[in-house]
Amino acid sequence: MSWAAKDLGDWVETAKRDPRARWLGVALIAVALAVLPFVAGAVGGRGWVRIIDFALLYVMLALGLNIVVGFAGLLDLGYIAFYAVGAYTYALLASPHFGIHLPVWLVLPMGAGVAGVFGVLLGAPTLKLRGDYLAIVTLGFGEIIRIFLNNLNAPVNITNGPQGVNRIDPISFSNFSLARPVEVLGIDVPSVHLYYYLFLALALLVIFVSLRLENSRIGRAWVAIREDEVAARAMGINTRNIKLLAFAMGASFGGIAGGLFAGFQGFVSPESFILMESVVVLCMVVLGGMGHIPGVILGAVLLAAMPEVFRNTIVPVQQQLFGKIVFDPEVVRMLLFGLALVLVMLFRPAGIWPSTTRKRELAS
Amino acid sequence: MSAVDFEILLQQILNGLVLGSVYALVALGYTMVYGVLGLINFAHGEVVMIGALSTLSAARLLQSVLPGLPGPIVLLLSTLAAIPVCMALGYTIERVAYRPLRFAPRLAPLITAIGVSILLQNIAMVVWGRSYHSFPAYVSTEPFQVFGATMTPVQVVIIVVAMAIMAGLMFLVHRTKLGRAMRATAENQSVAGLMGVNINAIISITFVIGSALAAVAGVMVAANYSIAHYYMGFVLGLKAFTAAVLGGIGNLGGAVAGGLLLGLIESLGAGYIGDLTGGFMGSNYQDVFAFFVLIMVLVFRPSGLMGERVAERA
Amino acid sequence: MNRSHVVSCTLAALAAFGLSGCGKEAPPPPAPQKAAPPPELAIKIGHVAPLTGNIAHLGKDNENGARLAVEELNAKGVMIEGKKLKIELIGEDDQADPKTGTVVAQKLVDAKVNGVVGHLNSGTTIPASKIYADAGIPQISPSATNPTYTQQGFKTAMRVMANDIQQGKVVGEFAVHKLGAKTVAIIDDRTAYGQGLADEVEKAAKAGGVKIVAREFTKNDATDFRAILTKIKGRRPDAVFYGGMDAQAGPMAKQMKQLGLKAKFMSGDGACTPEFIKLAGDAAEGFYCTQAGLPLERMTDKTFSERYKKRFNSEVQIYSPYSYDAVAVIVDAMKRAKSADPAVYITELPKTSYLGVTGRIEFDDKGDVKNGAITMYETREGKLNVLEVVGGAAPAAAEAPKAEAPKADAAKK
Repeated sequence: MSWAAKDLGDWVETAKRDPRARWLGVALIAVALAVLPFVAGAVGGRGWVRIIDFALLYVMLALGLNIVVGFAGLLDLGYIAFYAVGAYTYALLASPHFGIHLPVWLVLPMGAGVAGVFGVLLGAPTLKLRGDYLAIVTLGFGEIIRIFLNNLNAPVNITNGPQGVNRIDPISFSNFSLARPVEVLGIDVPSVHLYYYLFLALALLVIFVSLRLENSRIGRAWVAIREDEVAARAMGINTRNIKLLAFAMGASFGGIAGGLFAGFQGFVSPESFILMESVVVLCMVVLGGMGHIPGVILGAVLLAAMPEVFRNTIVPVQQQLFGKIVFDPEVVRMLLFGLALVLVMLFRPAGIWPSTTRKRELAS
Repeated sequence: MSAVDFEILLQQILNGLVLGSVYALVALGYTMVYGVLGLINFAHGEVVMIGALSTLSAARLLQSVLPGLPGPIVLLLSTLAAIPVCMALGYTIERVAYRPLRFAPRLAPLITAIGVSILLQNIAMVVWGRSYHSFPAYVSTEPFQVFGATMTPVQVVIIVVAMAIMAGLMFLVHRTKLGRAMRATAENQSVAGLMGVNINAIISITFVIGSALAAVAGVMVAANYSIAHYYMGFVLGLKAFTAAVLGGIGNLGGAVAGGLLLGLIESLGAGYIGDLTGGFMGSNYQDVFAFFVLIMVLVFRPSGLMGERVAERA
Repeated sequence: MNRSHVVSCTLAALAAFGLSGCGKEAPPPPAPQKAAPPPELAIKIGHVAPLTGNIAHLGKDNENGARLAVEELNAKGVMIEGKKLKIELIGEDDQADPKTGTVVAQKLVDAKVNGVVGHLNSGTTIPASKIYADAGIPQISPSATNPTYTQQGFKTAMRVMANDIQQGKVVGEFAVHKLGAKTVAIIDDRTAYGQGLADEVEKAAKAGGVKIVAREFTKNDATDFRAILTKIKGRRPDAVFYGGMDAQAGPMAKQMKQLGLKAKFMSGDGACTPEFIKLAGDAAEGFYCTQAGLPLERMTDKTFSERYKKRFNSEVQIYSPYSYDAVAVIVDAMKRAKSADPAVYITELPKTSYLGVTGRIEFDDKGDVKNGAITMYETREGKLNVLEVVGGAAPAAAEAPKAEAPKADAAKK
């Protein structure tokens, strides 16, 4: 695994220098991504397309968190709160709960915006904090948001409390709803596939924005703060604004992903936004390669798919080995998940696919 | 304030002190490891859980061999049996999951800690099953009256043990040679190494002591609530982490102060937040209240109540 | 050179992903053919519950109930159209997480299950129900009590246990009429189940003229309730109701006793378990709780708990009789429809009138169990003793359940 990832990285580095190879690579990846749901659907069933859909949401989340943790170096353990804010913004403004049914092109940006505002709300009181103190405050912030969502059903019913918001409008553009299968050129395209293409498009947008940010003045300012905040300030960077911007940008990515989640699921409840989710997204960022966009994407895809791969392999493997099921599959699954976290970090402390600069720093 | 109101208030303060002592017990282990290594040992809560459950197993075994033994003795002996289990566990965790990453990026050991935590939870689920275990009342949980409020002997034991352990640790860290080596390691590992401190040994010892404390804490928690479960460590670890940060992570006195404060905030918050907000918020906002106080404390004292001011380059 | 590298690696990645998908979806090895006819009709029933996390013990209980039903039905040999039914149970873990719940649901749909028993929590049952509805696969939840689950208009969504409204009303009225409580304090654990039930109890109690003196909250992973109990003690209620699970109710009862809070303690089915008594110890005495369905000892099948214990070496927790019945109800509908095809036997499901271990099971037009029996228990001498059975068709009166029906309908409003 690690060996392959390393070689993959080298290949990408070489390919970057040859424009023709680059374009061919892009074209191939595009084709591969376009047929992916059909291949996965044919080989493994639609369950796998759904897993890929969720993996794309996690890619967006991980890239959003990567801005805060990876670029700006601010440890955030409550990131899932922004996902929650985005999801509830969508749920409240496009469902029978209040009888409001705003169109998607309005609610998704609103979700991103509201999440961004919450990002600033979190960032403002924590500007002076660092490291583990920041970690606990962000953790607290994430819990505060979840607790409010869980309890704002009384005295005035806003979020419907623990019961969650049901019958959320599916994502649709005028009359074209992603919840209904369509037929294109004689091929049936089911709903999960349609969502896949939407999520893919938005994930690509998020990747594009991340890539552009990384090499912008802002991106360099974030890295400067991560490396040395005092020096960064001395160089004339407005650390306060730049840090708040990191929180806001990261949060808005989470808000978009949350809105998509709400539309996709049709139901949101506070139990989707527990602390463990924040931890999982953080694991994706760190495991993949903090601050390195391809690594973070890889981390998100791997961690989103891994439990499901285990879910599907443990029983057959046990039957092969022992001829019967000795251990409960769910126990083995979580054991392997924990073990994988430990092992990957032990053998690749900078992540599976770290950036070249990080690698150099570690080697020296 | 009527007599009843006073009794209720006194009871709430006692509740807070007991809860706070529970948090403090767990937080001490957290903070000790942090103080020496600068590492959030997320698996600490899981070690607490293993401590409680292995004590329970040891006690059951002991009672089946020697049925007539009095409760407190059973508890003492089985705790003594569980402590080495946790010590070995703590040593192994450090040796396998943290030591190889001592010079890795800061977040790498955090992820292995989370991985270890998931592993331990599931191993415990296999060993002790999914059910909740009732933890027998080896020390009496029958209440007695204190000025109209009630307390149980277990609660008294908890407060005493928390204070005794804090005092013991303070003596260890500030008055012994081992403690000096620990402080030197915390200050600067490489320089301490050059001065002849065996860094690896010191860190291992810190983990082993921290894990022994975790075992004691686990027993106390299980005895106080008469319940033990493979999932009990997670919430407890989180609360203890909060308490440790509140008091100033890495500071022993701070951990106890943070624990007690957190316990009091939760107890008084749950008891009076409804009246304070005119019924708008109730005990469902207990944690919001606790985190709000935490954030406020950190805004004005960015390194906790008793934490040392860290230099700009933390 | 570079080009081919990119090509090969992309393809390799794609292939790896595709292959990883195919390895495990391979159908299970064909069932060994018996030498003698009749031919077998292999069907799959999916079961979903959280098998990891803090309510894993309940999830496993649900799964065990379904597994027992499957094993017994297989052993008994149900014949459909001259073929012997061979049921395979696919047990999945949804981790009580709504997202995983839908992934697992989709997986079961892909596996072409003929029916689904689950999920445990309302939070996972509701989003998953949409997926089953789209695929036309009947889903019977043994334990999701949130009323909205069956109010979505899905023909496929049913449940074999009373919902929160039905149960809350019984508890509330019990407190008013039988306990004669004038003041009640209500606690819930802020889960969809606990809050839903507590709200219904509050409504019913208020309707009976009771004053709610405190409305307090805890969490489903909490162990310390002294702060809220102390506050409640100051309000001197006649009774305390807790909407939540046994793992909290047990320590809560203990702490009530320690604090000298002498109100009657009541709870719903989540805490009406042997586990509660184990955890509460002496403090369990005089505890009132309800279970949706008939009491185990009055169940038509009195040996259920013994068979369960023999097979799994553990006690029945709460919902396993329901998951057991849910499987039986599905198979019963298949028998009547003479088909295991979901599209065919789903038309028979609403007509179900099946005498299961939890009582006679019939569905109303929404898919809720009709006139579900609700049993009130009191703990005495470390045992749950039946106080009364409200509604439902007792085995003796099993043939005349219609008479009681209007009352249950009224309860559902």
